[in-house]
Amino acid sequence: MSMDARNFNPPSQLRGDLRLVGSMIEPQTRVLDIGCGDGELLYYLVHSKGVDGRGMELSQSGVNSCVRHGLSVIQGDADNDLEDYPSDAFDYVVLSQTLQATRKPREVLLNLVRIGRHAIVSFPNFGHWRIRMGLLIAGRLPSTPLLPYPWHETPNIHLCTIRDFALLCRDEGIRVEKSVSLDRFGRPYTRALANLMAEQGLFLLSRAR
Amino acid sequence: MNRPVAAPTRNGRVKLPGHVLDVTAPLALDCGVELAPYTIAYQTYGKLNADRSNAILVCHALTGDQYVAEPHPVTGKPGWWDILAGPGKVLDTNRYFLICANVLGGCMGSTGPAEINPATGEPWGLSFPVITVADMVRAQKQLLDHLGIKQLFCVTGGSMGGMQVLQWAASYPERVFAAVPIATAARHSAQNIAFHEVGRQAIMADPEWCSGNYQPQNRNPSRGLAVARMAAHITYLSEAALHRKFGRNLQDRNALTFGFDADFQVENYLRHQGITFVERFDANSYLYITRACDYFDLAAEHGGALANAFRGCPTRFCVISFTSDWLYPTRESREIVHALNAAAANVSFVEVATDKGHDAFLLDEPELHATLRGFLDGCAQHRGLPGA
Repeated sequence: MSMDARNFNPPSQLRGDLRLVGSMIEPQTRVLDIGCGDGELLYYLVHSKGVDGRGMELSQSGVNSCVRHGLSVIQGDADNDLEDYPSDAFDYVVLSQTLQATRKPREVLLNLVRIGRHAIVSFPNFGHWRIRMGLLIAGRLPSTPLLPYPWHETPNIHLCTIRDFALLCRDEGIRVEKSVSLDRFGRPYTRALANLMAEQGLFLLSRAR
Repeated sequence: MNRPVAAPTRNGRVKLPGHVLDVTAPLALDCGVELAPYTIAYQTYGKLNADRSNAILVCHALTGDQYVAEPHPVTGKPGWWDILAGPGKVLDTNRYFLICANVLGGCMGSTGPAEINPATGEPWGLSFPVITVADMVRAQKQLLDHLGIKQLFCVTGGSMGGMQVLQWAASYPERVFAAVPIATAARHSAQNIAFHEVGRQAIMADPEWCSGNYQPQNRNPSRGLAVARMAAHITYLSEAALHRKFGRNLQDRNALTFGFDADFQVENYLRHQGITFVERFDANSYLYITRACDYFDLAAEHGGALANAFRGCPTRFCVISFTSDWLYPTRESREIVHALNAAAANVSFVEVATDKGHDAFLLDEPELHATLRGFLDGCAQHRGLPGA
C-alpha cells in the first residue's frame, strides 16, 4: 500500500504526551486535532483507533505534509477558524501545546468545548520549579525544552500554570473530567505538588451541560 | 455511439477522436429552455473496474477540452493535463478510469453555438440558450448515467473546472466520493466578470462577428477572439512570472522602433497566444462559456449561505489554491473551506507556494502533484481501491 507509515514513528514511539492524549480518545469517534503539526498524532489515531480525524495547522508545510499522508487537514488557526465549526461537530477536539500561543485562550477554550463533546488540552506548566528558579535565581525568562524560544522571538504569549488553567475552567463552568500532570519525559506525574513539579498539564474537559 | 464528430476551426472542420453520447431526453436548463436533442463529446483513459468504482471525472477549464492526456487533435500539442494524467502519473490511468467531457456550450464536439441546430439546419449562433455551470454538470450526469457509474471516485479540475467540481458536490453529493477543486471560487468575483466582459466586447466589436452570425457567411471574428485571449492570458499569469519570463526584453531587435510593432517579447508572446488560440476555439463558444462562469454563484443558489450547499455532504474534499493566483485568490478558496467546515464536511486545504499565477494548476508544480497524490491515495484506501 502507498499509505505506509513513511516518516511517522510506530505508535509505541509516539511522543509521551501524545500517547497519553491518544489514550483518552475512544476508538471510532470523530476527532479534530488543532495545531496538528505534521500529523503524527492524527495519523496514529486514524490508523490505530479508526477515528474519523480532521486537523488544523498554522504552518503550510505542516498542512501539506498531512495531506500528502492522506490526512484531512486545513490551514488555519485556533484564534480565527474555530467559529465556523458547528457545535458538537466532534467527539473530541485536541489542542496540544498550542493554547499558550493563541491570542485569546479563553475564547479558544470555549470554542473547544462547544465544537467537541470533549476537549483535550495540554500546555507547558509555567509553575514548574525550574521556571520559578530561573526567574528567581538567574533573573532570566525561562528557556526549557517545551519553551525553547528567547523572549523576543517566542510565539508563546499566554503562558499559565496548571493551577491557573484549572481556575479558568472553574470560572467558565467547564467540567474537568480528568487532569494529568506530566514530567519532562511526558510520563504521568502522580505525586504531590504537581503545579511545582510537573512540566505539562493535560486536561480532558467538557462543557457543563 | 462512435459516430465521428468534428470541431469548427479556422481551417475547416477537424475530425475529433473519442466518444460521443447523443441524448434525446430534454435537458432542463437554468434559463428555462429544454434542450433536446444534445450531444456530449468525451474522452476516456484507463479501464473502468468491475464494480465501476474507480472513475475520476476531470472537468476542463474555460478553453480546455476533453483531450486531457493525448495530443490535441487540432494543435497537436500535448494534452492539457498530460503532466498529471497518464500511466503511473498522479491521475494514474493504470489505476483509475479517467473521463473528461467537452462542456455544454463548448466547441469540441459537444452541443454548443457552433454546432447545427437540428430544428433549423443552421448553426445555433446566438440562438443557443445561455447555459450555466450547473447545466454543464447536469449534462455530465447524463453521461455518467449512460456509463453506468453510480458514484465517481473523484471529480477534479481547475478554474472553471473547479466550479464544476463544487457544483457536482452540491448537486449530486452521493455520487461524488472525493472532490478536488483547484484554483477556483464558489462564485465569480466582480473582477473576474469585468475581465470576461472585456473579452466579450473585443469579440463583439470585431466586424467579422456579424452579430454572432459569422458562420453562415464564412467569416470569423478571429481578431476580436485573439484580443479576448490576450487579455485573459494576462490574468492567468502573475506579475512575477511575466517579469521572470520576459522582463523588458526586446523581440528580435536591439533598440526600440518608435512604432507599434511588437518591440517587447511580452507583446510577441501575447500575440502568439492570441493567434494560436483562434485556430482551435469558436468565438461564440467563448461568449457562452465566459457567461456561464459569470453566472456561477453557488451560495446564491442556496439561500445566500454557501454552507447550505454542502449540508450533509459525504464527499471528501481537498481544496487547493496558489499563492500568486490573483484571478482566484486563496481568500476565495478559504471561503469554500469555511463553508465546508460550517457544514462539518471532510475537507483538506492546501495553498501551494508558487509565482506562476493561476495557470500553476496546469504546470509542473511538485507540491500540487504530491498533495493530489497523497489525497487520492488516502481516498483510495477509504474507498477500498487497490493501492499503487
